[in-house]
Amino acid sequence: MSHKDTSLYAARVPIFPRRVNGKFRRLKWAIMAVTLAIYYITPWLRWDRGPNLPDQAVLIDLANRRFYFFWIEIWPHEFYFVAGLLVMAGLGLFLFTAALGRVWCGYACPQTVWTDLFLVVERWIQGDRNARMKLHNAPWTGRKLRLKGTTWAAWLLISVATGGAWVFYFADAPTLARDLFTLQAPPVAWFTIAILTATTFTFGGFMREQVCIYMCPWPRIQGAMMDDGTLTVAYRDWRGEPRGKGLKRREMAEDLRVTGPQLGGRAPLIPMPGVPDTTTTPRLSVPDRLAQPGDCIDCNACVNVCPMGIDIRDGQQLACITCALCIDACDQVMEKVGRPRGLIDYVALSDAPREAAGGAPVSAWRHILRPRNIVYFALWSLVGVALVFALFVRPEIEMTVAPVRNPTFVTLSDGSVRNAYDVRVLNKNGEERSFLLSPSLDTTVALSVEGAPGQIVTVPADTQERVRVYLTAPPDAPAANRDRTDLRLWVQDLSSGERAHVDTNFNGKDTP
Amino acid sequence: MSNKRIDPVTGTETTGHQWDGIEELNNPLPRWWLWTFYATILFGVIYVILFPAWPMVTSATGGVLGWSTRGDVAAEIQAVDDAQAPMRNRLVETELAALGDHPEVQGFARDAGAAVFRTNCSQCHGAGAAGGIGYPNLLDDAWLWGGDIDTIATTIRHGIRNEDDPDARWSQMPAFGEILSEEEIATLTAHVMSLPDGTDPLAGPGGELFDMNCTSCHGMDGKGDQSLGAPNLTDAIWLYGGSEDQIAHSISRGPFGVMPAWGKFLSEAELKAVAAYVHGLGGGTEEDPATN
Repeated sequence: MSHKDTSLYAARVPIFPRRVNGKFRRLKWAIMAVTLAIYYITPWLRWDRGPNLPDQAVLIDLANRRFYFFWIEIWPHEFYFVAGLLVMAGLGLFLFTAALGRVWCGYACPQTVWTDLFLVVERWIQGDRNARMKLHNAPWTGRKLRLKGTTWAAWLLISVATGGAWVFYFADAPTLARDLFTLQAPPVAWFTIAILTATTFTFGGFMREQVCIYMCPWPRIQGAMMDDGTLTVAYRDWRGEPRGKGLKRREMAEDLRVTGPQLGGRAPLIPMPGVPDTTTTPRLSVPDRLAQPGDCIDCNACVNVCPMGIDIRDGQQLACITCALCIDACDQVMEKVGRPRGLIDYVALSDAPREAAGGAPVSAWRHILRPRNIVYFALWSLVGVALVFALFVRPEIEMTVAPVRNPTFVTLSDGSVRNAYDVRVLNKNGEERSFLLSPSLDTTVALSVEGAPGQIVTVPADTQERVRVYLTAPPDAPAANRDRTDLRLWVQDLSSGERAHVDTNFNGKDTP
Repeated sequence: MSNKRIDPVTGTETTGHQWDGIEELNNPLPRWWLWTFYATILFGVIYVILFPAWPMVTSATGGVLGWSTRGDVAAEIQAVDDAQAPMRNRLVETELAALGDHPEVQGFARDAGAAVFRTNCSQCHGAGAAGGIGYPNLLDDAWLWGGDIDTIATTIRHGIRNEDDPDARWSQMPAFGEILSEEEIATLTAHVMSLPDGTDPLAGPGGELFDMNCTSCHGMDGKGDQSLGAPNLTDAIWLYGGSEDQIAHSISRGPFGVMPAWGKFLSEAELKAVAAYVHGLGGGTEEDPATN
């Protein structure tokens, strides 16, 4: 036996998924339309914030360190909102994966959505599965060149639009669009568009399932987060086997009784931890069923529509993104051959032994509404409610006070004691505001602002002003002669009258 | 095809390798992965040629591009320097006394001045500019030579009691320990210490000594003279310490504080910047036409 014929590397086998209709396909169309629309349209939505602030509804202004989301404006020190959103994303992933398996992969992942979009284009230009396979295997003629070239050109167009839309989230969209068309956009915009165009074109057009199987960590992580109560796309093999067509099925059923289970499927099984070995499912324990042919007529419809090129009848596998198109395909066939739908369906692993033993199917809601998912949902909602709450009680006025410690106080020529504070006042409004500062000490203690008259700090629109504030206590004031005096510094927005305060202290001479 | 062995349990092809009857399954890597691997090797080779890479005994191979992080920093510093040039020029052109009318120049000057101060001034005056015994506190409102911004700039430019600059501020308090008796110094010390309480500088036995020895510089009222750098003895500020021992020491030895002429070391912009910074520390006074 020669080892030379055994290659350790495999070329990608192109996949030509057939078009399919059904409820899951319709759901996926809807999700695709919504997600793509959100992605492409969002940067163009306008939101009036006044003359000094950008009027883009969603804008990540990295240069000025602001994040605008409709009526919400996030400053860098409020980044905990983003952290909170990430916590929600994490818990949401737990929830969805525990309840519905890799539903993210199958419906919402950009890789899935864009691959789907590219497939639509491919199908429009080159035809459905058989036409595409024929074209792929045909020699390079003018027609093939034209069809493939048109497809690639369309993909490239989508890719440029994808990369182009991304940069609009980081700058004023109409301005940047004009700059792009007049070739005056900053290099980083071109660079970002180029990279995203290249990745979209390659991942959506040529790598597709390779990204999911070999590059993405989700299949590994999510596989570890599922349990046997998780709903996932599966083949009811106890109903479908032995598979086959007509007389052949009868023969196979007879054979099976003698020889044991056949090793079904074309693709090699990729072992997954926690997933029972399909070769030992209890279908063999019901000998009566063996004499009957299974419902699966081995038409390969489920394989033909699969964008991952796998056979769901091989059982749970890492390559399955649970897009559910095989369910649609199989349901159509089952209807035609007059068998009940759901040979391929959303089922939980724990359903297999029960249903195989003749038990009634368990409702999907019973799988979804189990304690684990409810706990995840409760935690997820808790963080969400906390974030919304934090958003609404967010102070309109913010001030930070840093007492100057070097030196802690200064003695002036008349013997009075002066403390200095570095004060930052935030103006979150779209116009210039004046703020009045006042200390909660006796009236002999004077407050002054370096370089400004009176106790007023004027802050331009949507920015913060750092000022040095002095508190001066006359020689005989209690604060001047005590080591430390607690005080409260008040700030009042002179336009709205709103007040806020910061507690700090006054350092004195510590002489009796 | 006939050469291929299929593992009966998993249905997967094997590599044909056997160890004690255990065969290795062949789950082939995608071919593009191999090409990606080769591409990274190629990238590595090119990188090693272009950029600093191999550590040698005292340094590392330089790479044909001549790139270095140090060079990057130098370029960035240069870029900042160039970007600040217009502001620096405006600062040089702006009269210090008129700085308040140009808030953006003033802001730049104070921030730049803070850096100049930390580099050049903090050794004596302290990082917080609070000074120490013999080194004036720049935060308070007492100024030996005057506290308006132009006077501060002049003091910084020429320094105090240095031999390097003929325009340096100069005055010298005699060492009264060689002139007066110990008893007289003790009397004078007690008298000077009572001045902040409102004592008449010319009254009493101390007043007589004060009148004969001190008033020529510190004035009949004891409030000093900024044109001579003579401190005000009636306020709460004591540069060389306000205790009895410290004041007696100052009287008998005669302090002689020195400051370098910074005009020799700083650029015009740096000098103006640090003057603006010191003036903005809380003690700076407004321009007084009489003193300039």
